[in-house]
Amino acid sequence: MKVNQEAFQAGLFDPAAPAPTGLQNPDGAPATKRFDVYRNNVAVSLSDALEAAFPVIRKLVGDQFFRAMAGVYLRKHQPTSPLMMFYGEKMPQFLRRFPPAQSLPYLPDIAKLELAMRRAYHAADATAVDPQALAALAPDALLASRLRLAPPVQVLTSDYPIHGIYRANTTNDAPKPVMQPEAVLITRPGFDPQIHLIDRSTATCVTALMDNTPLGETLTDDRLDLGATLSLLLGQSAITEIH
Amino acid sequence: MFDVSRDAPLPPLPGVGYKPQHYADIIKNPDPVGWLEIHAENYMGDGGRPIAQLRHLAERFPISVHGVGLSIGSEGDLDPDHLARLKHLVDWLNPASFSEHLAWSTHDSHFLNDLLPLPYTETTLAQVASHITQVQDTLGRQMLLENPSSYLAFAESTLSETEFLREIAARTGCGLLLDVNNVFVSATNLKTSPQAYIDAFPLEAVGELHLGGHDEDEDETGAPLLIDSHGKAIVDPVWSLLDYTLERSGPKPLLIEWDNDVPDWATLAKEATRAATALTKVAA
Repeated sequence: MKVNQEAFQAGLFDPAAPAPTGLQNPDGAPATKRFDVYRNNVAVSLSDALEAAFPVIRKLVGDQFFRAMAGVYLRKHQPTSPLMMFYGEKMPQFLRRFPPAQSLPYLPDIAKLELAMRRAYHAADATAVDPQALAALAPDALLASRLRLAPPVQVLTSDYPIHGIYRANTTNDAPKPVMQPEAVLITRPGFDPQIHLIDRSTATCVTALMDNTPLGETLTDDRLDLGATLSLLLGQSAITEIH
Repeated sequence: MFDVSRDAPLPPLPGVGYKPQHYADIIKNPDPVGWLEIHAENYMGDGGRPIAQLRHLAERFPISVHGVGLSIGSEGDLDPDHLARLKHLVDWLNPASFSEHLAWSTHDSHFLNDLLPLPYTETTLAQVASHITQVQDTLGRQMLLENPSSYLAFAESTLSETEFLREIAARTGCGLLLDVNNVFVSATNLKTSPQAYIDAFPLEAVGELHLGGHDEDEDETGAPLLIDSHGKAIVDPVWSLLDYTLERSGPKPLLIEWDNDVPDWATLAKEATRAATALTKVAA
C-alpha cells in the first residue's frame, strides 16, 4: 500500500481520520499515535509561529482563545512559503470573518499593525539622507522634489485607536486607549521598528510621498504641519533619497 | 582565532545552533564553540537585525547554513522561488557548509513546517537524487544530506535508510550529515540497533555530526516513542552512541542543537564542552 504525500498531508489536518494505510509501527500494525506525532508537530509549530507573530492579539484575546483561533487559522491558511517570519499574512481578513472575534472589531487592524511591524523588522537596510540636505534646498526646489522613503516605512489608518491599543499592550506605563480613529507611521531608524501616532493629514501626505508624488502635491490638507512631518521623517532616518 | 577564510570547511570542533539571545555571549566568550549553524530560512528577510548579526558573526566564525524548508523529499518539483532565495543567501554569505534534510515539508504549494518522512524505494531514490543534483548545480557547491528521525515505517519501503543514503551520496556526490540523536530516536522507535545503523552508514561521506535532546513518550501499545524535540539536554545513551560513532569516523564538526526551550549560554556551552571532550578522545 503506497502512501503519497497528498494523502499524508490530508491526514495531518484531519485529526478524526485514521492514519493513512501503509504507515506502520515496527510490528507491522497501523501507525496510530506515531502518525499523531506529525499531526502534533505541524499544528504546534504553526500555532507557535502565529503566537510569535501576533503577541498583541494574543494579549487582547487571551491564551486559550488564541490557541483555539490559531487551530482554525492553520487549517484554513497553511503557509505558502517556508519563510515562517511572514506566516499569518491573512490574519486580518480571517479575524474580520471569524465569528467569535466579532465583539472586538479592532482586532483585524491590530493584526495589520503587527504584520507591518514584522515587515519593518525584516525590511531592507537603507542609508538615510543627511538631515541638512532638505534644509539646503530652495523652497521651490523643495516642493518640486520627490522623496524616497526607507523600505521599513509604512502608514496605517484605522477607525480604531490602533496606536493606543498597541502601546497599552506593549509598554508598561502607556495610557488607556481612547476610542477614536487613529493613524500610525512605522519607521526603523536602527534595528527596532518604531510606531508613531500621526494625524490624518500627515498620513495622507506620507502615503502620497510613498507613491512618489512631488512634495508640493502632497499638501492637500491645510491642517498639515509640513515642518513637523519632515522633521519626524528625517529624525527617524526615514528619507533615503531626494530627487 | 579561527580560520574563517571563506573556502575552509567546517573545523572538527563543537558548534552550536545559533540563537539570537546568545549573540552577546558568543561574541564575548565562545569557548569551546568553534563554529555556528544557522537555519537558512531565518535569514531570508531583506535586512535588519538578523542579517546584520549574521554578517558580524560570519567575520568571526565559520558558518554552516542548515536548510529546513527546501523539501528535498518532495514527490513534486522543488520550489524555484525558495531555491533562488537559498542561492542568494549562500552567494553573499559563502558559508563553510550547506546542509538539508532527507524529508519533505512542502506539498501543493503549502509549507507544513515539519520534516515529514518518505518511503525508501527506487522511485523516491531517483526523485531525491534529482533534487540534490538540482540544488548542488544551482548553488555551485556540494551539500550535506541529514538522516531523519523516524516515528513510523512505510510498508512500501524496499531499501533500508542506510542503503538509501549511501546510494544518494554515490549518485549525486553529496556529503552526509549524520544526526546521532536521530539514529538513536529512530532505532528506539523502530526497534532496530543504533550501533548496527552506524556500522552500515557510509561514514566516509560524513561532513558533520548533529547531537540534540529528545522527549520520551509511548505509543498506544506501550512501546517507547521518542520525539526529536531539540528542547533539552542530550541523554547519556546518545553521548555513548556518539563515542561509538567517533571511534569509527574520527573527529568531525559536531553540532549541539537546542532549538526549543533554549537555555542560557552557560548551559549550552556545557554541552559543547562535553562534545569537545568526546572529540578530543579520538583526535589522537
